Amino acid sequence: MMYFDYAATTPVDKRVIKSMIPFLNQKFGNPSSMHSFSADTKKALEKSRSIIAKVIKANPKEIVFTSSATESNNMALKGVAFAKKKGHILVSSVEHDCVLNTAKWLGKNGFEVEFLPVDKYGMVDPKEVERRIKKNTILVSVMHVNNEVGTIQPIREIGKICKENNIYFHSDAAQSFGKIPIDITNIDLLTISSQKIYGPKGAAALFVKEGVKIEPLLHGGGQEGGLRSSTENVPAIVGFAKATEICFSLMDKEQERLTKLRDKIIDKLIKEVSNCYLNGHPTKRISNNINIRFSFIEGEAILFMLNSYGIAVSTASACSSPKLEPSHVLSAMGLKQEDAHGSIRISLGRMTKISEVNYLLKVLPEIVKKLRKISPHK
Amino acid sequence: MNYSKEVLKHFSKPHNYGKIDNYDGLGRVGNMACGDEMFVYIKIKENTIKDIKFETFGCVAAIATSSVLTDLAKKKTIKEALKITKQDVVDALGALPPIKIHCSVLAIDALNEAVYDYFVKNNLPISKELEDKHSQIIKRESCHS
Repeated sequence: MMYFDYAATTPVDKRVIKSMIPFLNQKFGNPSSMHSFSADTKKALEKSRSIIAKVIKANPKEIVFTSSATESNNMALKGVAFAKKKGHILVSSVEHDCVLNTAKWLGKNGFEVEFLPVDKYGMVDPKEVERRIKKNTILVSVMHVNNEVGTIQPIREIGKICKENNIYFHSDAAQSFGKIPIDITNIDLLTISSQKIYGPKGAAALFVKEGVKIEPLLHGGGQEGGLRSSTENVPAIVGFAKATEICFSLMDKEQERLTKLRDKIIDKLIKEVSNCYLNGHPTKRISNNINIRFSFIEGEAILFMLNSYGIAVSTASACSSPKLEPSHVLSAMGLKQEDAHGSIRISLGRMTKISEVNYLLKVLPEIVKKLRKISPHK
Repeated sequence: MNYSKEVLKHFSKPHNYGKIDNYDGLGRVGNMACGDEMFVYIKIKENTIKDIKFETFGCVAAIATSSVLTDLAKKKTIKEALKITKQDVVDALGALPPIKIHCSVLAIDALNEAVYDYFVKNNLPISKELEDKHSQIIKRESCHS
């Protein structure tokens, strides 16, 4: 099987696995204990925190470890909301479900929630943020890179507007961390994740800028500066830090390589396949994302056909969703339902080889042809 | 999506797909906005479905149900073919995920409409049952009912 779904999750790097193993059985102590068993784990935990803080130029105290990007996003939104107790929250309409559904839940629980529109590329216009913020706005949340279409949002500009208006700004950087630099100057809360950067699942973090007041979701022993009680998942956190180090050391070269492969796929498909279009921005786009649509055929069918040829991709087509609902991202971009159905996401990663890309480019046009032969529209 | 082996078999090698140019009846159901649309073409000889083909825009289940429907209906008399139920389609496929049952309904509807079209074109008497079913199908507004 060839894996083209790195935006969903990544395999754990061998070096990461190696770094984690001692913390599973030898250095297993609870970092909160007093005895010698805890010394190693406590040290590893704080070292990991420093590594992650350093790459985004934050203070280690500003890094709160969590279990997932979903938890970090919940913590950012609910944490601010519970601290402020009431107010207006602005969220982009193309956020990941874990931000959108948290915002909707807050909307049902006394907060005023508003969704920011996007243009046809899935991009938020900072002017829209400026126009919609109100006296009682407590938080703006706009993701750094969209998980479906890869569009890079103007978070620097949006953050600046928030800063000028004294409003907290949160950004979900699950899809960008480790791939492109993140400038936290104007960011108050930032979500980052391990499983998207060849680290283990079960580790993520929320950067909480010093002075930003949030309430914890989990109460208990007061770990993570009181913001996230739970015995720390040291093996996963150590792995997360190792994965971060590797990603940042490879970043420039890897981004250049992936951008070339990405553009090769996009150019070739658009050139060779009729009625084939790119979803998302052509240039303001993360290096590993290709989201492309084929008229007259349906995404789930493309996915399964590719799977039978040993190629794994993903789709947000309505027919593949548990509620048969079309992708909220493509809908927000103004794509008509009949056009959105034939969309698939191809996402590249560190193990993607040029030979795999060539195989994909050979197979995919054949599959489109085959499915169009079955379709009443051609 | 968890599909049965039989569904995946029909999907990757669908039976009887394509057009019948000089068809006697054509049933068209669903639409592109909903994500599935089926065309069923029939050729009739002596009240029997001599040939049947389909064209489907849709997911794995939509293509598999269309394919298996053509297998079930081929060589059957019109009367027998109209007795095929969505359960027959599901059974022939082993199983369908609950959320995809509407695809089997769509396949049955497409066959029903093809027969209706054949009757109308040939000025043949249409039973009340077939007429009712036809008006139900064309009135259907929501996507997956």
